[in-house]
Amino acid sequence: MSPKVTEKIAFATLRAIAFFIVLCLAVVLWDIFSKGLPALTWEFITENPRRGMTEGGIFPAIVGTFYLVLGTIIFALPIGVMTAIYLVEYAKESWATRMIRLAVVNLAGVPSVVFGLFGLGFFVLFLGFGVSILAGSLTLALMILPVIITTSEEALRTVPRGYREASLALGATKLQTILFIVLPNAMPGILTGSILGVARAAGETAPILLTVAAFFLPRLPNSIFDQVMALPYHLYVIATQVPHADQSIPYGTAAVLMILVLGLNLIAILLRTYFRRMRKV
Amino acid sequence: MSKIKIEAENLKLFYGDFQALKNINLTMKEKEVTALIGLSGCGKSTFLRCLNRMNDIIPNCHVEGKLTFEGEDIYHPDCDVVALRKKVGMVFQAPNPFPKTVYENVAYAPKLHGTKDRASLDEIVETSLKQAALWDEVKDRLHKPALGLSGGQQQRLCIARALAIKPEVLLMDEPTSALDPISTLKIEELIRELKQHYTIIIVTHNMQQAARVSDRTAFFLVGDLVEVDDTEVIFTNPKDQRTEDYITGRFG
Amino acid sequence: MSSNQDNVAFSSNQENAEEPGDKQKKLLKNSSRRRKAWDIFEKLSEGVLFVSAFLGVITVILIFLFLFKEAVPLFLDPLSAPTLTAKNWYPISNPHIFGLWPLIAGSLIVTFGAILISVPLGIGAAIYLSMVASPKVREILKPTIEVLAGIPSVVLGFFGLVVLAPWIKDFFGLSTGLTALTGSITLALMALPTITSISEDAISSVPRKYMEASLSMGATRWQAIVTVIVPAALSGITASVMLGIGRAIGETMTVLMVTGNAAIIPGTMLEPVRTMTATIAAEMGEVARGSEHYHALFVVGVVLFLMTFAVNYIADLVSRRMKEVE
Repeated sequence: MSPKVTEKIAFATLRAIAFFIVLCLAVVLWDIFSKGLPALTWEFITENPRRGMTEGGIFPAIVGTFYLVLGTIIFALPIGVMTAIYLVEYAKESWATRMIRLAVVNLAGVPSVVFGLFGLGFFVLFLGFGVSILAGSLTLALMILPVIITTSEEALRTVPRGYREASLALGATKLQTILFIVLPNAMPGILTGSILGVARAAGETAPILLTVAAFFLPRLPNSIFDQVMALPYHLYVIATQVPHADQSIPYGTAAVLMILVLGLNLIAILLRTYFRRMRKV
Repeated sequence: MSKIKIEAENLKLFYGDFQALKNINLTMKEKEVTALIGLSGCGKSTFLRCLNRMNDIIPNCHVEGKLTFEGEDIYHPDCDVVALRKKVGMVFQAPNPFPKTVYENVAYAPKLHGTKDRASLDEIVETSLKQAALWDEVKDRLHKPALGLSGGQQQRLCIARALAIKPEVLLMDEPTSALDPISTLKIEELIRELKQHYTIIIVTHNMQQAARVSDRTAFFLVGDLVEVDDTEVIFTNPKDQRTEDYITGRFG
Repeated sequence: MSSNQDNVAFSSNQENAEEPGDKQKKLLKNSSRRRKAWDIFEKLSEGVLFVSAFLGVITVILIFLFLFKEAVPLFLDPLSAPTLTAKNWYPISNPHIFGLWPLIAGSLIVTFGAILISVPLGIGAAIYLSMVASPKVREILKPTIEVLAGIPSVVLGFFGLVVLAPWIKDFFGLSTGLTALTGSITLALMALPTITSISEDAISSVPRKYMEASLSMGATRWQAIVTVIVPAALSGITASVMLGIGRAIGETMTVLMVTGNAAIIPGTMLEPVRTMTATIAAEMGEVARGSEHYHALFVVGVVLFLMTFAVNYIADLVSRRMKEVE
């Protein structure tokens, strides 16, 4: 076979692979949305589950996920951004800096269920928070910390050196320069990273399984020490442990979860493109 | 004879083990323009950045010898870098206005240093922009993004921004190297105006520019100060062979 | 310029007035309250930032400590400890048998299958995106594949459970579709975006001149890709595969939902298996805290943690070597 023919066959195969992956994605999306979207009625979204979750809506799970995501971002965002600022603006080459970088890399690789185990052992039992929104949010926060740190670091590094120098040369202190020049410029990137982190937290099940999620709790939480239902866990429960539920209920739940998570991802991507374009002008 | 503004005595600068400046002795007088010329990498920018201690932000960089501003040691432990930088402003190679409005760019430093009321800020912005010969071009777009200005306007905005804290010395690090010839001429004209009020030290790789704007010229070569004299003397009758080689273009 | 600007330039501003009047000492550390406040703030902030950055280190150490703390009692239990090497996981029988082998084997076989599927597809897609596709196609395809990474694992698990498992059951004529293979396929979908995007970065960062040089010697683009580009990007591709493995071993919900959860050492890919992650997720909710079973699950957690740690460490080493070569 001539090299030219080999090349043609090879490229055709590669193209087939790429489109096969897209096809797989399309099948998953089509299955979830074609069966899930019809289930999305006003009642489904605003009502409590009834009859052992075989009927009714998923309102408590939506609210629960909202609280968890809120809690997660409250803990993860400041710590993540401050870590990134330290690493980009202050850190010198030292053992402490190396340790911090190593820790961020490792944290990113820890399996989500191990975060769950740790959350159970540390937040729930050792610190005595109990199975609660607080424990779950903290666990999720640790999990998305590396995402926020890496994206914020990247955002801070793209702020041109010239801005920092100009500010310092005008007699601004380092902190003033960071607060008034560097951070505002890095904000779009930090925002994008945070939304991606939030999307990840909203979709995760394993970490909340052991730290916050309630199997069935048809009421809203009163405090951060309450348990809540959450969308991903609710989907797991009705898909595997409620055998007689109508298929529209898990499909509807999956669709809501997908809309939430993919929607957040989409917002992040759009923000990123928007701000990139802004910067070019 | 005007008084000495900045004086370097046996100034040495090291990046780690590498010595970037070797024993610089140089005095810069009040309300004069001193040009620092030489090949790229000769230490002229490094020297300039000593004068407002911008080298502080480079790790492993340390300075020996003496550098004084009106007799006060710039590298003395009691010296306040912020106070120094308020006296010694700087304009950079590429125009680097902040991605804020024209007004906010100029008002940034005065605000930081404690000027709060709107009227004073307005006044500072107007006078700084007038001094930088930019007022007429931007007075109708003070609250538009500074990045919408042309390159030459941006650089004059950077000059206005530096003037807003009322410095006594202005450092300029190849301020026209990123600009077109017409903008360059405008900046040079501005430098001649500004020297009535300010001590100016300008780094340039453009010898004609040094000849056009400066009163005194210092020639640097690989970390050494080869020769410093009145600009006229340097360009017509240099004492050192290496200076002559450079002026006549024999260094390539 | 008019002469009134003379006054402007030298009118003392407010800040100057605050400073000590002595004109000889302009540069002395300023003692105004404002500056002092900033100075203190300045020092404080660096400290606070360092502490928050160090929280990451503390977290990793705490994770280590707490996993071990909860795992150690089992090692000290004379009845349970020896059973860890047994071939069975019977946590609620009497006496308990906590043999880890079936769980480790389950994790490995599912991961192995996932890698077998996702590596050729992922690297193929990466080569296509970086070397073959037109810029327009790439611009659409890249974010599309990233969407895959955004799908929550529980949704993929649900898809595997209600769609994939029946297909596999019918296709192979099995009694259940919840098999290692089903797990491998869903995990492959999850590992794909990781492998594709990191490999694509590695391939794209190979200098253009390599391609140009080999084309100029008469090679086809495909020959250049196989003989020059891919070898040059090999360490990045390897790192992507390691990270894909790490993702697959640690993934919980999909495997919990689609692998059938039988804690036996599997003979083929078409039998149900139970992974380490699924074991923890399924059983931890029902154990009595402090029981042998509770501690045994933490032992599983430790093993899992160490395995992913090793995989990620190797990935980090390889990608660091990649950067050094550049």
